Amino acid sequence: MNTSSVLERRLDSAAGLASSSAGHATGTGEIEIRNLSIRLGEGRQAFEAVQEISLSIAPGEFICVLGPSGCGKSTLLGALAGHWQPSGGTIRLDGQPIAGPHPDRGLVFQQHTLFPWKKVLDNVAFGLKMKGVGRSERHTQARELLELVGLAGFEDRYPVQLSGGMQQRVEIARVLINNPRVMLMDEPFGALDAQTRLKMQELLLEVWARVKTTIMFITHDIDEALFLADRILVMSPRPGRIIEEIRLDFARPRHPDLMTSPHFTQLKRHCLALLHPTSNLVPLERLSPLGPPPFDHKNFAV
Amino acid sequence: MQALSTPSIQPAALRLAARWLLRALSLVACVAAWQWASTRQVDLGLVTFQNVPSPKDVVDAAGVLIASPKLGQHLGASIGRVFFGFAAATAIGIPLGLAIGRSRLLEDLLLPPLEMLRPIPAVAWIPLAILMFPSSEMSMVYITFIGALFPILLNTIHGVEGVDPRLVASSRSLGAGGWTIFTEVILPASAPFIVTGLSIGMGTAWFCLVTAEMISGQFGIGYYTWASYTIQNYPEIVVGMLFIGVIGMGSSVLVKKIGDLFLPWYHMQRKKR
Repeated sequence: MNTSSVLERRLDSAAGLASSSAGHATGTGEIEIRNLSIRLGEGRQAFEAVQEISLSIAPGEFICVLGPSGCGKSTLLGALAGHWQPSGGTIRLDGQPIAGPHPDRGLVFQQHTLFPWKKVLDNVAFGLKMKGVGRSERHTQARELLELVGLAGFEDRYPVQLSGGMQQRVEIARVLINNPRVMLMDEPFGALDAQTRLKMQELLLEVWARVKTTIMFITHDIDEALFLADRILVMSPRPGRIIEEIRLDFARPRHPDLMTSPHFTQLKRHCLALLHPTSNLVPLERLSPLGPPPFDHKNFAV
Repeated sequence: MQALSTPSIQPAALRLAARWLLRALSLVACVAAWQWASTRQVDLGLVTFQNVPSPKDVVDAAGVLIASPKLGQHLGASIGRVFFGFAAATAIGIPLGLAIGRSRLLEDLLLPPLEMLRPIPAVAWIPLAILMFPSSEMSMVYITFIGALFPILLNTIHGVEGVDPRLVASSRSLGAGGWTIFTEVILPASAPFIVTGLSIGMGTAWFCLVTAEMISGQFGIGYYTWASYTIQNYPEIVVGMLFIGVIGMGSSVLVKKIGDLFLPWYHMQRKKR
C-alpha cells in the first residue's frame, strides 16, 4: 500500500517533468525500428550482426527477443541502448532518433554491473546523482525503489555481500530510478539458478505492472519468454533477422501455473521447432523385439 | 596432553600459535647461525665471515646509536627526504598514470621516454642529480623521487587500463559522461592498484635512500651507513641496514593500511574469492 502510493507520486512527478520539458509525447516508450542493419568488426573481419530488422513496439509493451546464441540479439539491444551505431536504417524512440546512451533507456546485463565500491543505496541513487539531485533526496528515492524490489534493509551492504538474485534486483532498481521509457534487459536472469530465476521473473512482472515502462528482454530460455512477454520476436542465426512474431494473450497477472497449461506447452513446442529445426528430425524408436537401438546407432541415424 | 585435556583452548588457535612459534624459531636460528659464523670467522672460500660483525657487536652498536642524540637527527633527515621524494612521486605519478591510462595519444606521447628512464638504477642518477639541482638536499630528494615514481606510475596505468568496460558502458546509460565517468568509475575502480603502487613506491624510496645520501650530508640513516663503511665501523653498517629495512617495511605497510581504510569493498571481494 505504502509502496504503491510512493510509486504513484514518483510517476506523477516523472510525467510532470516530461510535460514541463516540452516536446515529449504523453505516451512514452514507443520504439520504431526501420530496416536496421548493424555491422560489427573491422576490415576483413567485419560481418553483419543484424540485418534489415523492422519492428514497432508500443508504449508499455513487454517484448521478448528469443534466438540462438550469436544471432545478434544483444547487438540489437546495444543499438537501442546507443552503444552501437547502425550501419543502415533508423531507430526512433518516441519519434526521436537515438544518439548515444541515455538514462531514458536503462540497461540490465546478465552479469551485474553494480559499482563494487558503492553501497547498495548509492548504487541505486547513482542516476539521480548524475542528474544533480541532492544527497538526501536521492537517498529517499533510492530507499523507495529498494523497497519496491524487496531489498529494504540492505541499503548499507556492498554488492559483493549480496546473492546473484539480489544483485540483479539492485541493478533493476538502479535503472528504474531514472524513470526510463524503455528497459533493455540482456538475459538478466541467465546466470541465476532455476528457483531464483522464477522468483525474479515474477518480481519483474510485478514491478513492470506498476511502472509500465516498455521492456525489451533478451533471452534464449523459451519458458521465460513465454511467461513474461506480450509479444515474442524469434530471431534467426547470424545474420540476425526476425523470423517470427508470436503474440501472447495469456491473462495478467500471470502465475507460474501458466507454464504447465496446454496452450503454453503448445507454443513452447512451436518455439522449439523454430529455434532447433533439426529437433524435428529425431527418428522414432524402431519397434523391435530387441528393444531400442544402442546409443551410437541412434546418433548415426540422426 | 595438557592442551588436549583443557577444552577451553581451540585447536585452530593452537595451530596458529604453533605457526608463530615456528616463525620465531626460524628467525632465532638465523641469528644464531650468523653469531656462530661471525665469531668463528668462518671462511667458505667463496664467502668469508672474517670481517662480518657478530650480532652482539651489532646490538652493542645499535645501543650506542639509540642512546646518542644523533639518532633523531639521522632519522629526521632521512624521513624528511623520503617524505618529500614520495610526495612528489605521488603528486606526479598518479595524475600522469591516470592520463596515460585513459588516453592513447598521451600514452604514445609520454610513455616511451618514461620507459627509457625506468630501468636506470638510482646510483646512475647521482652525477646528473648533482649537476641538475643547485642544492645537494634537492638532489637527494630527487633520487628518492625517482625510486618511488615508477611503481606508482605503472600501477596507476595498470589500474586504469584494467577498468571493466561494462562498468563504463553502464555508467553512460545511467547518465554519466566525460568527467563523471572519470571521477565516479575510473578513479574508484583503479584505487586498489594506486594504493598498491603507493605502498611499493614507499618501499623503493627507502631502498634508494643510501644511494641518495651517498651524495653528501652530515645526517641521514643512509649517510650513517655509508660513512660507517668509509671509516670501517663495521657493526654500524649493519645497524644502518637494519634501521632502513625496518623503517622502510614499516612505512610501506603503513601506506597500505591507510589506503585499505578507504577500500573496504575491495577486501570483501578478495576474501570471497
